[in-house]
Amino acid sequence: MLDIKRIPIPALIGIVLTALFVLAALFAPWISPHDNAEIVGDVWEPISAAHWLGTDNLGRDLLSRMIYGARITLFIAVLATALSFSLGAILGFSAAVFGGWFDTILSRLVDLLMSIPTLIMGLVVLSVLPTNLVTLILVMGILDSTRVYRLSRAVAVDINVMDYVEAAKLRGEGSAWIIFREILPNALSPLISELGLRFIYAVLFLSTLSFLGLGVQPPDADWGGMVKENKDGIVFGIGAALIPAAAIAALAISVNLVADWVLNRTTSLKGGRG
Amino acid sequence: MTDGKAKSTPLLDIRNLRIEATVYPPGEAPKTITLVHDVSLTLEKGKVLGLIGESGAGKSTIGLSSMGYGRGGVRITGGEVILNGRDILKGGKEGFRKLRGREVCYVAQSAAAAFNPAHRLMDQVVEATLLHGTATRAEAEKRAVALFKKLSLPNPETIGERFPHQVSGGQLQRVMTAMALCSEPDLIVFDEPTTALDVTTQIDVLSAIKDAIRDTHVAALYITHDLAVVAQVSDEIMVLRHGRLVEWGGTRQIIKEPRQEYTNALVSVHEIEHAEQNPGATPFLSVKNVTAAYGGGHVKVLKNVSVDIYPGQTLAVVGESGSGKSTLARAITGLLPPEQGTVTFDGRPLANRLADRPKEDLRQLQMIYQMADVAMNPRQTVGTIIGRPLEFYFGIRGRERDRRVAELLDEIEMGKGFVDRYPAELSGGQKQRVCIARSLAAKPKLIICDEVTSALDPLVANGILKLLLNLQQHEKVAYLFITHDLATVKSIADSIAVMYRGEVVRYGSKSKVLTPPFDAYTDLLLSSVPEMEIGWLEKAIKGRRMASAGN
Amino acid sequence: MSSPILKLIAQRIALGILLLLAISVLIFAGTQILPGDVAQAILGQSATPESLANLREQLGLNDPAYIRYFHWLGGVLTGDLGTAMSSGQDIATSIKSRLWNTLFLAFWAAIVAIPLAITLGLIAVRYRNGWVDKLISGLALASTSFPEFFIGYVLVYFFAVKWQIFPGISTVYEGMPFGERMQAIALPATALTLVVLAHMMRMTRAAILNVMQSAYVETAELKGLSAFNVIRKHAFPNAIAPIINVVMLNLAYLIVGVVVVEVIFVYPGMGQYLVDHVTKRDVPVVQAVGLIFAAVYISLNIIADIAAIVANPRLRHPK
Repeated sequence: MLDIKRIPIPALIGIVLTALFVLAALFAPWISPHDNAEIVGDVWEPISAAHWLGTDNLGRDLLSRMIYGARITLFIAVLATALSFSLGAILGFSAAVFGGWFDTILSRLVDLLMSIPTLIMGLVVLSVLPTNLVTLILVMGILDSTRVYRLSRAVAVDINVMDYVEAAKLRGEGSAWIIFREILPNALSPLISELGLRFIYAVLFLSTLSFLGLGVQPPDADWGGMVKENKDGIVFGIGAALIPAAAIAALAISVNLVADWVLNRTTSLKGGRG
Repeated sequence: MTDGKAKSTPLLDIRNLRIEATVYPPGEAPKTITLVHDVSLTLEKGKVLGLIGESGAGKSTIGLSSMGYGRGGVRITGGEVILNGRDILKGGKEGFRKLRGREVCYVAQSAAAAFNPAHRLMDQVVEATLLHGTATRAEAEKRAVALFKKLSLPNPETIGERFPHQVSGGQLQRVMTAMALCSEPDLIVFDEPTTALDVTTQIDVLSAIKDAIRDTHVAALYITHDLAVVAQVSDEIMVLRHGRLVEWGGTRQIIKEPRQEYTNALVSVHEIEHAEQNPGATPFLSVKNVTAAYGGGHVKVLKNVSVDIYPGQTLAVVGESGSGKSTLARAITGLLPPEQGTVTFDGRPLANRLADRPKEDLRQLQMIYQMADVAMNPRQTVGTIIGRPLEFYFGIRGRERDRRVAELLDEIEMGKGFVDRYPAELSGGQKQRVCIARSLAAKPKLIICDEVTSALDPLVANGILKLLLNLQQHEKVAYLFITHDLATVKSIADSIAVMYRGEVVRYGSKSKVLTPPFDAYTDLLLSSVPEMEIGWLEKAIKGRRMASAGN
Repeated sequence: MSSPILKLIAQRIALGILLLLAISVLIFAGTQILPGDVAQAILGQSATPESLANLREQLGLNDPAYIRYFHWLGGVLTGDLGTAMSSGQDIATSIKSRLWNTLFLAFWAAIVAIPLAITLGLIAVRYRNGWVDKLISGLALASTSFPEFFIGYVLVYFFAVKWQIFPGISTVYEGMPFGERMQAIALPATALTLVVLAHMMRMTRAAILNVMQSAYVETAELKGLSAFNVIRKHAFPNAIAPIINVVMLNLAYLIVGVVVVEVIFVYPGMGQYLVDHVTKRDVPVVQAVGLIFAAVYISLNIIADIAAIVANPRLRHPK
């Protein structure tokens, strides 16, 4: 089983930080000192005992906003990642195993979508769609699923030509055995590490959209939106906007560290034994 | 010729060489392993010393140490390497640079990878000569052209203008030898120079190398795993195992009167007792006039092939790369449905396509692959791998299945302890054994063996062949044995089909196929297989009637 | 240069043009066929049916989609990008100065980033697995995890507010002296450099390592060439193509960075123009700018592919 002492320190830091963010998101109403929208003081009060991170551009408690912000950020990023992953992986695997026109059409479509930067495509689409959470998750998930599709298709195509898959086909095994027992277990480790990267990308993409004013709409705010709310303070030397920005960076780095470690662990082919 | 008694200082004198490397196993602390344990050797001017051993014997590492070079983290940590009277290990980086390419040159296993794709051959051949300033460009190029001629390269005047990808593998290997000879070094390290070549090409390259060594009086370290090859070119042979010296002596002594058991095993590796069985009355599997092609019929790889397989016997299919021998296996298994012709099994035709064959037919034909590593799912344990055919074909589960798996492990001479192991935890030979057990589990009538021993070290391969023969006696299973190695064929086949460019050029019982008169290709093939006999190479070259197939 | 290369290059360019055409369809479809009525969006919920009908007529919204597409494409090909709905200004005119501003910014960021990234990549390879390499890899990991605005605002906070070395808002205008202009773009260019630097460096490192581990580099070492000559004569000619590829891919990545960085520094370029008009739901502007971004992105990819084709000796000297 998992032995804590054998986890390398960077991964441990990653796990602890990620867990902190997740806990903050889950228990936001119970642990945040104030309500999300409650105005508790002056505009941009400095850090104090009453307000650990100071107050924001409307005089709301920044720490409470950060905790609720974690909730929205993680919620949208997790759903978008789940969507992009299930969509991309299922289509990618199917394309690799079935091949033919199904593969050709999907692959060309993905090539097309990937020939423009995701942010530009996202902006173009968001210019006509109503701004709400569902649209946001759908747009993020679908645009990002192209990358998952490419990876899972490539991985599955590689495995599909291995001798052990051929051996299974010669034995007369059906598609279900081949996909779930031969291909999937071997595709898992690159996919799991990709899951981490896709999640980080979703967090960064969401933050960017919100920062540009096209993501989560006020009065709710994710961390990217909070940077936007507080950015005018920077020129007065008020660093409130840097706190949510740093939180995004910290979350991204910690997930990266965990993903790195998981990849190293699962690529060892001895069933995790030594 | 130096008189044996004069005892001039040797060209190369390696004393108590110790080589270590740091390895980084994933998830563990880095550790230092010793690759070469206190090995000593001497080499006189103009002599050839063969270094022989299995993979991991440290032979390449020792060879490269004569140039002060260690691959990827390999360090010389003890001993002396005395070249032309001085210890090169004391010369530092600058000293190494001065001797590399001038006193000592290197010929790699894969010349295709060792030539820079971005430069013309001539520029690379004369590069070391010019760098060390031993000749002008014009002189060096003249020398190179002369060497190209000596090594019987086609168009010696112009071949230097070509780029590496424009020249075949066997020719590149000779150009690389010319490159090593061009700067007129005292010593050349040949690192498995013919291993990657087809057997009929190997003999040409080998003979070219031998002539060049003789005419230029260069000394050489000749590294290989093939004792028969090294016996043709060496004056002395040194046998290595696990980085230690096993035996060192004259070529004749090593191959005729080996003193160590290990050497003896290497020498007699191909001597397997197998009495040829006469073909029975009716074959159970017949391939009739099969033609198959890739790319929708464009590339014909099998042309009108017919062979028969008799119960409990072995048909060996021999050929070089591109002869279509593996394609024949794919056609029989239904992976590549034939365009014309039929495969009959037990008197009835087999469906062409794999998908159209009933489970029972699939069970009767099993397959073993060349690379055992990739023929087993790395995420399944040995128990699952061997047990799956039992479940799949016979519905045997639970304790009964475990019992059968244990029996099968016993049959392949591996203990019960392996049931829970993953393939990555097995050695190369053990992996291949598990693959054999997996195919046996189906209780088939025929096992197709596709180059099953060519990725293994000779002794391990020998063990696998013996196992296969034993199993054949017990289980009465037939083999279709695909290989490029005639020595293997001689030891285990009952009948032989020789393939060349998609056609069967000679077919019949082993004794018939191996008895003259031969057709031109079989003659070439047979005469190209190195024999453990001094002077074989010269005889073989003299007796050849057909130019090598690969050139 | 031989004809097979020209043929390959011609094929690659043709493919690029085809791709761009497909993108134009995608962008057009994305903005026109999706649910939602542009006229409604412009006029808001309180619009009267008459004014809606008038606007639809004016915008040509009553024509079938494919007619509108060809109309639009025809305009784009002749340099007529249409008029902005929100301001009524000609889009081509507004874009001209902004495109120039963006290219100016991206140019300087690239001038700094490319040599710096390649040098750092080479250093990382030279001292591979040493502490310098690990430090560089660590920084690269960190900076790929940073959102662009984090880097941007940290720069503003220190360089513009605390130390007041450079302006935090990059105002540029027509006819601005070069020195002042450089002063104005100092921070956004730095931010943009940092955004692409890590990626470019990591990929350069991987590309060079790949070449350095090949057998022909060993051959060169065994001829007695000095480390420098091994790299110059044997590694470099084979590393050019992958490095150009890395550079081009990352310049394409600049496009994404530029959008955010321009918003941070209120820099009058294409990125800010796009974001402004997405917020205003000004579809013609979004289409035009989106298409231009896509064209730049695709062109960079074509250049990378052509460089790889030209640098490949197998293609330059066929059998």
